[in-house]
Amino acid sequence: MTRSMPTTPDAVRKQAAAADARRRREARPVSRQWRRRGLMAAYILFVLLPIYWLLNMSFQSNSEILGALTLWPQDFTLEHYTRILTDSSWYMGYVNSIAYVVMNMLISISVALPAAYAFSRYRFIGDKHLFFWLLTNLMAPPAVFLLPYFQLYYTVGLFDTHVAVALAHCLFNIPLAVWILEGFMSGVPKEIDETAFIDGYSFPRFFVKIFIPMISSGIGVTLFFLFMFSWVELLLASTLTSTGAQPIGSVMTQTKGASGIDWGTLSAAGVLTILPGIIVVYFVRNHIAKGFALGRT
Amino acid sequence: MNDKLYNNRAWWLILPMLLLVAFSAIIPLMTVVNYSVQDVFDAHTRFFTGTEWFRETLNDPALQAALLRQFAFSLTVLAIEVPLGISIALLMPRKGWQASAVLILVTMPLLIPWNVVGSIWQIFTRGDIGLMGWGLRELGYGYNITRSAADAWGTIILMDVWHWTPLIALLCYSGLRAIPDAYYQAARIDRASRWAVFRYIQLPKLTNVLVIGVLLRFMHSFMIYAEPFVLTGGGPGSSTTFLSQTLTTMAIGQQDLGPSAAFSIIYFLIILLVCWIFYTAIMNLQKDKQNKGA
Repeated sequence: MTRSMPTTPDAVRKQAAAADARRRREARPVSRQWRRRGLMAAYILFVLLPIYWLLNMSFQSNSEILGALTLWPQDFTLEHYTRILTDSSWYMGYVNSIAYVVMNMLISISVALPAAYAFSRYRFIGDKHLFFWLLTNLMAPPAVFLLPYFQLYYTVGLFDTHVAVALAHCLFNIPLAVWILEGFMSGVPKEIDETAFIDGYSFPRFFVKIFIPMISSGIGVTLFFLFMFSWVELLLASTLTSTGAQPIGSVMTQTKGASGIDWGTLSAAGVLTILPGIIVVYFVRNHIAKGFALGRT
Repeated sequence: MNDKLYNNRAWWLILPMLLLVAFSAIIPLMTVVNYSVQDVFDAHTRFFTGTEWFRETLNDPALQAALLRQFAFSLTVLAIEVPLGISIALLMPRKGWQASAVLILVTMPLLIPWNVVGSIWQIFTRGDIGLMGWGLRELGYGYNITRSAADAWGTIILMDVWHWTPLIALLCYSGLRAIPDAYYQAARIDRASRWAVFRYIQLPKLTNVLVIGVLLRFMHSFMIYAEPFVLTGGGPGSSTTFLSQTLTTMAIGQQDLGPSAAFSIIYFLIILLVCWIFYTAIMNLQKDKQNKGA
């Protein structure tokens, strides 16, 4: 017998607790872990099922789709994908979407960085009200701004350009970027700024050389969110464009031909809109857990 | 942190951002206000109408119905997604390749353009070509979203749960990851039950992210447009026509500038009010936290 007998009531309780914890740890994994995995798998299945169906449709010919219901493509075809990738009215939709999303990301992040720094480091007249006003823009329903945007961009001659959509998406993306970045910046101790200024750094040099590298993961996460919200928004993007800068989403709504909706091509186009998202998530997967709390845990 | 420097030169850092947001927020908003108090015939003829459009809008039964539907939808969706999101977050694996894989899979629905989400579910639920529609019919249920309002509602809610639960789940997951292991060890020593661990360790740590999650979910569900528009087109009848769709039909389809502008302002004010409540809540939470920390 290696373990000494407990002598005080407290020690007895502690030893019993330790034994109990050990017993539970040994008993838990088998049943509970499998239940956890089962539930998780069920949820993943729920997430994947509609996407799987879309994939399935995109590889079937239209006659097969409208014929009998098949759980996987009986005669596998890439005709819908080749059609999208060779027809300029289709693939330009992707080019346009990516063009305005990237433009919006660049504009938003470059004006949001100094603004977020100001909010995280200084107090000034009207700072709280300004911040609240910014957040209200995040809440603004795009439907409210539809008509005025159309008129505004038409008047200044930006209608049907990528810039128009990129600027319109700034409405919600800049406030979002300021909000997320402010959270990350507040996590950086102020002493760093002070030390740098004492060492003779000018503000712009300090900001670019020291501060931005320190919050690089925050910037990555912010860019991810900017991408996400600009990529998925369609109401404004399709209202502000006609043919020159049409996003893929509104190209997709025009698949109604004489013989009804072209389901196969619609599905293939849908699959291709999911891909950029997956690629972006893959790159930020290690930061996403931290980033989703917006630097506020 | 209350040791921020007081310095009004910080305005210079904010200026570029302010100009851009003002361009895309204030000018359009003023246009809306302008329309809401006038009756515009053409470019040169217009009459000042005062509050007439507002009164008309508030008394319009179609709009009242849309508003009620909107609240019903937003609250239902929140009631399902928040508990579900928390449970998913608790179930998600924390380490290894499974963690990354599950993370990517769970995030996927968030990155699909909203109208494509509508298309996906349209294809998935159609009676003739969709797995779900076909499956439900095979099981003997006369599922039809173009005929039955209940089916249309159920499908839209299911779609929204599919689309947006990941947001809550990921927010909570990141909140959970921030809890130090020592807390769990202490709980084990105290022989805390699973429920007690959740109630007294995990939930308090989640309040911050949950407030953000509920706020984001509320406002996005309140502005929902593309998904139901593609899936049901607002039908059958007008049973799934939510506020955004009512507004766009009025503004773009019927060109009723005055009433739709008045409606826009009311719509915006409702969202503003809710946003203000949440903002105050967040600020108070942060204040509490600082007081505890100090």
